[in-house]
Amino acid sequence: MPAVSKGDGMRGLAVFISDIRNCKSKEAEIKRINKELANIRSKFKGDKALDGYSKKKYVCKLLFIFLLGHDIDFGHMEAVNLLSSNKYTEKQIGYLFISVLVNSNSDLISLINNAIKNDLSSRNPTFMNLALHCIANVGSREMAEAFAAEVPRILVAGDTMDSVKQSAALCLLRLNRTSPDLVLMGEWTARVVHLLNDQHLGVVTAATSLITTLAQKSPEDFKTSVSLAVARLSRIVSSASTDLQDYTYYFVAAPWLSVKLLRLLQCYPPPEDGAIRGRLTECLETILNKAQEPPKSKKVQHSNAKNAVLFEAISLIIHHDSEPTLLVRACNQLGQFLQHRETNLRYLALESMCTLASSEFSHEAVKTHIETVINALKSERDVSVRQRAVDLLYAMCDRSNAKQIVAEMLSYLETADYSIREEIVLKVAILAEKYAVDYTWYVDTILNLIRFAGDYVSDEVWYRVIQIVINRDEVQGYAAKTVFEALQAPACHENLVKVGGYILGEFGNLIAGDSRSSPLIQFDLLHSKFHLCSVPTRALLLSAYIKFINLFPEVKGTIQEVLRSDSQLRNADVELQQRAVEYLRLSSIASTDILATVLEEMPPFPERESSILAKLKRKKGPGNLHPDLDENRKERSANGGTADHSSTTSNAKSSPLSFVGDLLAPASTAPPTNRPRPVSSSYLLQAPLTPIPLQASAVPVLLSAGPLFQVAASPTPSTDLLGLGSTITTQNSAPPASKGTSLLVDVFSENIAAFPVETPVAVGPVADENFSSFLPNTPQVAYANATLPIAEEPEDKFVCKNNGVLYENQLLQIGLKSEFRQNLGRMYVFFGNKTSTQFMNFAASVVCQDTLQAQLNVHAKPADPTVDGGAQLQQILNIECMSDFVDAPVLNIQFRYGGTLQNVAVKLPITLNKFFQPTEMTSQDFFQRWKQLGAPQQEVQKIFKAKHSMDTEVTKAKIMGFGAALLDGVDPNPSNFVGAGVIHTKTTQVGCLLRLEPNTQAQMYRLTLRTSRDTVSQRLCDLLSEQF
Amino acid sequence: MIGGLFIYNHKGEVLISRVYRDDIGRNAVDAFRVNVIHARQQVRSPVTNIARTSFFHVKRSNIWLAAVTKQNVNAAMVFEFLYKMCDVMTAYFGKISEENIKNNFVLIYELLDEILDFGYPQNSETGALKTFITQTGIKSQSKEEQSQITSQVTGQIGWRREGIKYRRNELFLDVLESVNLLMSPQGQVLSAHVSGRVVMKSYLSGMPECKFGMNDKIVIDKQGKGGEGATGQSIAIDDCTFHQCVRLSKFDAERSISFIPPDGECELMRYRTTKDIILPFRVIPLVREVGRTKLEVKVVIKSNFKPSLLAQKIEVRIPTPLNTSGVQVICMKGKAKYKASENAIVWKIKRMAGMKESQISAEIELLPTNDKKKWARPPISMNFEVPFAPSGLKVRYLKVFEPKLNYSDHDVIKWVRYIGRSGIYETRC
Repeated sequence: MPAVSKGDGMRGLAVFISDIRNCKSKEAEIKRINKELANIRSKFKGDKALDGYSKKKYVCKLLFIFLLGHDIDFGHMEAVNLLSSNKYTEKQIGYLFISVLVNSNSDLISLINNAIKNDLSSRNPTFMNLALHCIANVGSREMAEAFAAEVPRILVAGDTMDSVKQSAALCLLRLNRTSPDLVLMGEWTARVVHLLNDQHLGVVTAATSLITTLAQKSPEDFKTSVSLAVARLSRIVSSASTDLQDYTYYFVAAPWLSVKLLRLLQCYPPPEDGAIRGRLTECLETILNKAQEPPKSKKVQHSNAKNAVLFEAISLIIHHDSEPTLLVRACNQLGQFLQHRETNLRYLALESMCTLASSEFSHEAVKTHIETVINALKSERDVSVRQRAVDLLYAMCDRSNAKQIVAEMLSYLETADYSIREEIVLKVAILAEKYAVDYTWYVDTILNLIRFAGDYVSDEVWYRVIQIVINRDEVQGYAAKTVFEALQAPACHENLVKVGGYILGEFGNLIAGDSRSSPLIQFDLLHSKFHLCSVPTRALLLSAYIKFINLFPEVKGTIQEVLRSDSQLRNADVELQQRAVEYLRLSSIASTDILATVLEEMPPFPERESSILAKLKRKKGPGNLHPDLDENRKERSANGGTADHSSTTSNAKSSPLSFVGDLLAPASTAPPTNRPRPVSSSYLLQAPLTPIPLQASAVPVLLSAGPLFQVAASPTPSTDLLGLGSTITTQNSAPPASKGTSLLVDVFSENIAAFPVETPVAVGPVADENFSSFLPNTPQVAYANATLPIAEEPEDKFVCKNNGVLYENQLLQIGLKSEFRQNLGRMYVFFGNKTSTQFMNFAASVVCQDTLQAQLNVHAKPADPTVDGGAQLQQILNIECMSDFVDAPVLNIQFRYGGTLQNVAVKLPITLNKFFQPTEMTSQDFFQRWKQLGAPQQEVQKIFKAKHSMDTEVTKAKIMGFGAALLDGVDPNPSNFVGAGVIHTKTTQVGCLLRLEPNTQAQMYRLTLRTSRDTVSQRLCDLLSEQF
Repeated sequence: MIGGLFIYNHKGEVLISRVYRDDIGRNAVDAFRVNVIHARQQVRSPVTNIARTSFFHVKRSNIWLAAVTKQNVNAAMVFEFLYKMCDVMTAYFGKISEENIKNNFVLIYELLDEILDFGYPQNSETGALKTFITQTGIKSQSKEEQSQITSQVTGQIGWRREGIKYRRNELFLDVLESVNLLMSPQGQVLSAHVSGRVVMKSYLSGMPECKFGMNDKIVIDKQGKGGEGATGQSIAIDDCTFHQCVRLSKFDAERSISFIPPDGECELMRYRTTKDIILPFRVIPLVREVGRTKLEVKVVIKSNFKPSLLAQKIEVRIPTPLNTSGVQVICMKGKAKYKASENAIVWKIKRMAGMKESQISAEIELLPTNDKKKWARPPISMNFEVPFAPSGLKVRYLKVFEPKLNYSDHDVIKWVRYIGRSGIYETRC
C-alpha cells in the first residue's frame, strides 16, 4: 500500500477524534458528534463543490461516527463520488465507506457497480485490488450477480498482475461462499486448476483455497488438480528451507500452502496413477521424516508451523487409509506427541489417534499406546484432553483389552469431571456389553457403575442390564446373588434399587435356597429401601412384591400386610394406589395356578440395538466414533472389494452386530415393566430365545444376506428412537431376512408378532409396526403406512400403498382401505361427513369407462342413503381383474347437503400392480427368466431423474409396496434393486421382472421391466417410475 | 435494607465503596459498572436488577451514587436516602465532583458510618451531623459535651440541640415550585402538574414551637365553617410529605402543621397539585414544510400573569430535524441561536413582563437523505422563572412560640419568597 502522503494528514479528522476521546461523558460525546454532523451537512449542502481532499476528510469523519455506533443517513453520494477519483487515498476511503455502510438495496448500487466495473477494467493493479476487495467485503448476492462472471476472467487472464490474481481468487472464494449457485466456473475450470502451477506462491496459496472449496462442490471437474497439487507439494516439501525466501516461515517452507494443498488432497480418494501416488507417498514420508529431525529453531512459531503441516499430513494419511506403513508411522509419531509438553499437541494427538484407531492397519499400533493414554487420563490437567483420552480408549477397545480399559474407565469415573461422567457411564456400559465374554463380569461392571456414578446412569443403562440378564439364563442366578449383596449396603443408589427390585422379583427364587437370602430376608431388604425411593421405583417394587407372592407363597401374608397398609392402599399417587389395590385383590382371589400364569417369569426381550448406543450417538451427534461403525469400516476395508465373498469369520462377527443395529432400539427404550401379563405367554416360552446360539446358527444362512446387512447398518442406524427413518429400516430389513434365511425368520417373526399381544407395555409402538408389516391388513396398517414419510403426487400416492385418504373437501372426506389377493380385491371406502348436518340421498357408484368395462369388474355393495353429521359411512367394493388394464375406474358420489345437490367424481386408485403377487427366486432363476423375456417388445426401459431423495430404505419400501418381491444378492451391484412377481388376472398370469438402477451422483434412475406381455411392461413401468 | 453503597466517577472507577451487609459481594461493584455505567445502551431506569441484586442509582453531574441490596426494599426510601446523602455531602463540601469526593474520603466514610447502620438509614439531618462530624481537626470535647451530643442525637428531638441563641430572631420561608406541562399544538392541556417545596431557614433562639398555615382547601373549608369566610382562593393539594420535625399526629387530627424546626435550613414540606394551575406561558408553534429541503418555523410565546410581575431566564428550545444543514433566525426580543450540538434553536430572553407576547421565526434548510424515516417532531420546551407560585399556594401565617425565652411572635423577623420555575414545560408542534 502506498504510504499516505504528507498533505493527506487530515488534521481535522485527527482533531475530531481526539475531541471525542477527551469527552468526559456520553452526553458530551453526543454533543460533539451532533456539532460535527451539522458541520458536515452544511459543507455537503453548500453549493460550491468540495475538493477531493475535504470530501475524503468528511467521509472519513462520517465513517468514524458510524463506527462509534451512530446512524449515518447521508454522505453516500459523496463517498460514491470518491470512487471515481484518481487518487489512491480518496478511492480507498470511498471503498471503505461503501463496504462498511452501503446496504445492498440502496439506490446507489448501480452507481457503485459502475465505479467498480471501471476500476476492474482499468489496468492499474491497485485500483483493481481495491475493487476486488470491495466486492469481497460486501459479498452480497447483488454483488455476486453483478460480478460473478467478471472476476474469473480477471483471475485467469494472462496479463493480470500476481497481486490482482491473488485478490481475484479470494474474492471468488468469498462470492462462492455467499451465493454458490452464481459462481459457475464452466470453461475457466482448467485454467483455474493450472493456477496451481503459477510462479507466484501467493497466487498458488489463494488459488488452492478457491480450488478446495470448488472441488468440494463439484469434485469431478477439479479432479485434475490432484496431480498438480501433488507435484506442487513435493516441490515444497523437498525444497531447502531457503529456496522459497518470502514464503519460508521460521525455517518451514510455505506452511500455509502445504496445509492447504493437503486439505485439497483430502477432497479426493488416493490417486490411481501409480506415479502420482508414489510421489505423494514420498511427500508424506518426507513430512514424517522432517518431524523427526531436530528443530531448527527454538521459537514456538517454528514448531507450530511444522506440526500444522504434520497434522494435516496425518489427516490425509487417515483419509486415504491405504498405506499401512504410513499409518503406522503416523501413529508412532502421534505416540511421541502423547507425552509432549504442549497441551494442544497432546489434544490433537489423541484426537487424531481416535480416527487412526478405526483403521485396521493402525489399530494394533494405536493399542501399543494404551498405557500412555491411561496415564493421560489419570494425570492430565486439562479436562478437554482427558475427554479425548476417554474417546481414544473407547475407540481402541477390543476384546483383548476390554477388561483393562473398562476397569480403568471405571476407576477414573470416581474422579471424573461431572460434565463428562454421563458419557463415560454410557461408554463403559457399551464396552462392557459389547466385549463381555463372561456375563458375570458384565453384571459386576454395571453394578459397579451404578455404585460409583448412580446419578449419571441413565435409564437406558439399567434397562439394558435387565434385558441382558433376562435373555441369558446362565447369569440370572449370579445376577440375583450379586444384586442381593449390593443391596445390603446401607446406602444404595435408587437405580440399584430398581435393578435389584426387578431382578429379585424375577429370579429371587434362584438364591432363595441359601438361608442367608431366604425369601423373607430378600423381601425385608427390598422393603427397607422402599420409603426412600421415588414413585416410579416404588411402583416397580410393588410389582416385585407381587412377583414374590408367586415365587414364595410363604411370604404371602407379610406382603399382603404391606399392600393392605394405608400408605399403599390410600397412597396419594394414583399409580401406586392402583397397583396396591390390584395386587392385593389378585393375591387374595386368584388361585395359585392363575397366579403362576399371570406372574410368570418375563419372556426374553427381542434383541435390538443397544439403546445405550443410540443414546451415546444422540449425545455426541453424528460424525463421532461408534464402535459399530468403526468395526464395520474396519472389516470393509479389510476385505477390500471382496466384501461380497467375505470370509465366514468376518461375517460371523459383523452380521450379528449389524443385525442388532437393524432392529433398532425403540422397544427397548420403553421401560421394562414387569407388570403381570394379562394373558399367558406359555407358547412363547416353548421357544426360549437366547440370541447367542441363535445368531451362531444363523450365521451360515446369513452369508448371502451379509452385504445387505452391512449396507443397512452403516448409514446411521437412526439415533432418533421413534423416528420415522428407523421405522422404515425396521420394516424393510425384516422381510428381506425372511427371504434369505428361513431359520432366522421363524423365530424372529414369531417373536415380533407375539410381542404386541403378550406384553403391550414392554414393547413400544414400533413393534406394532413390525407386526403390521407381517399381517398387512390389520388395523395397524393404516397407522404404519400413514407414518411413511413419502411425499407423492396425490394421484400416485396409492400405487405403493393400500390405505389412506383419497379425497377431501370442506364437506366430505373419503378414506380407503383395500386388500388384494391374486386377481381379486376388496376395497373399503369410508365416507366421512365433516359437517354437522346430515347428507341426504347419498349414493356412490363406480363407473368403468369403455374398454375398462371388460378388463375390470367392480361391484359396489349398496350403502345407506343418509350420512349423519360427523359420522362415517362404509361401503365395500369387490374388485375382480379380468385382464390387464390401464385406466382407473371412477367413483361417482351424489348427495344432498343443505338443499343443494353435490356431485363428486374421484378416480379410484386401482392400478394393475395391485394384483401383483411377489415371487421369490434365486439369482440363477432370475437371470434365466430374465433372458427368456428377452424379446424387444417385452422389455421396457425408462431413465428418469429422481424426484425425491434417493434413500435406499425408502426405495425398498416403495418396491415392496408396489407388490414385487425384493430379491437380494441377485444383482452383482449391491446398490441396484431387483424385484420379481406375477400379475394375476382372471384370464392370464403375467410374470414380471424388474430392475432399478439408481445413480446417486447424477440423481437418476434406470428402470427396466420385463414381462411376458408388452402392455403390462409399459403400464408397470409408467406406474413405478412415477414413484421415485 | 441497603446492603452497600458505591460511588463511581464517570469512567466507572469506584471512589467510595461501603458494604453494610454480607450478602453483597465484591463483584457487585463490577456488576453495576459493567451493566449500567458501561452498558452499550444507555440505562434509563434508575433501578437495575442484576443477578437478583438490585441497584438504585442517582447521578450528580459525572458522579454515580449506587445503593445495592439483595432484599425487597422500599425503593422510594432508598432514593430518598440517596438524595439526602447528596444533600449532606453538598452541605459538607459543596459541589459533588470527583475531586471533592477524593479530597473528602475520610469524611464521607465517617458520614456513611453515621447515617446508615447495618443498612438502616439513621439521622441524616445536616445540622445535627455537623455537631459531631466536623471537617476541621478534632477539638477534644469534654465529657460533658460528648454526653450532651449523645443525649441530643438519641433524644426525642434529634434534629435540634438545646441552648441556641441569636440576637436577631429571623426566619426565611421559600416556596419553590416547578410547573410541568404538556400541551397539544392546538393549545389543549394534555397534562400539567406542579411539584413544590417549602424551604425554611430559621435563626431562632431556644426551642421554639412553630405553626405554619397556608391556603389549603381542607383547612380553609374547616375554618370557613367557623365563620371567618374564604378570603382569596384556596388550593387543593394532592399529596404532601413533611420534614421529620412536623408532628404528624397533630396534622392528621387538626390539619395544623406544628413543629420545632431544626437550626438552619430545612425542607419543611413537599407537595404536588394538579388542579387550577396558573400556566405562566403559552407557546403557539407554527411549523410549515416547504418542499423537501426547507422548513419554516414560527413560535409565539405569551406571558400569562400580572403585568407588574417580571419573568426571568426565559429560554425556548425549538428542536430541528436531524438533517438540518443551515438555519436563519429572526426574533423580536432576546437572542436566538442554532445550536448544532443539541439539534435545536435556543431562544433566550432575559426578562419579560406579564401579559406580553413575543415571536420568533426561523427558516431551516435541510439536506436530502436516503432515510425514509419522517422527522418525529419533538416538542418545543421552555425554561423560565417567575416570582409567584403557579399552584396558587399562599403562606397565611407562621407563628413562633417560645415559652421559656422572652421573645414573642412579633419579635421574629419573617421573610416569605415565592419562586416558580419550569419543570418539563413542553408544547407539541
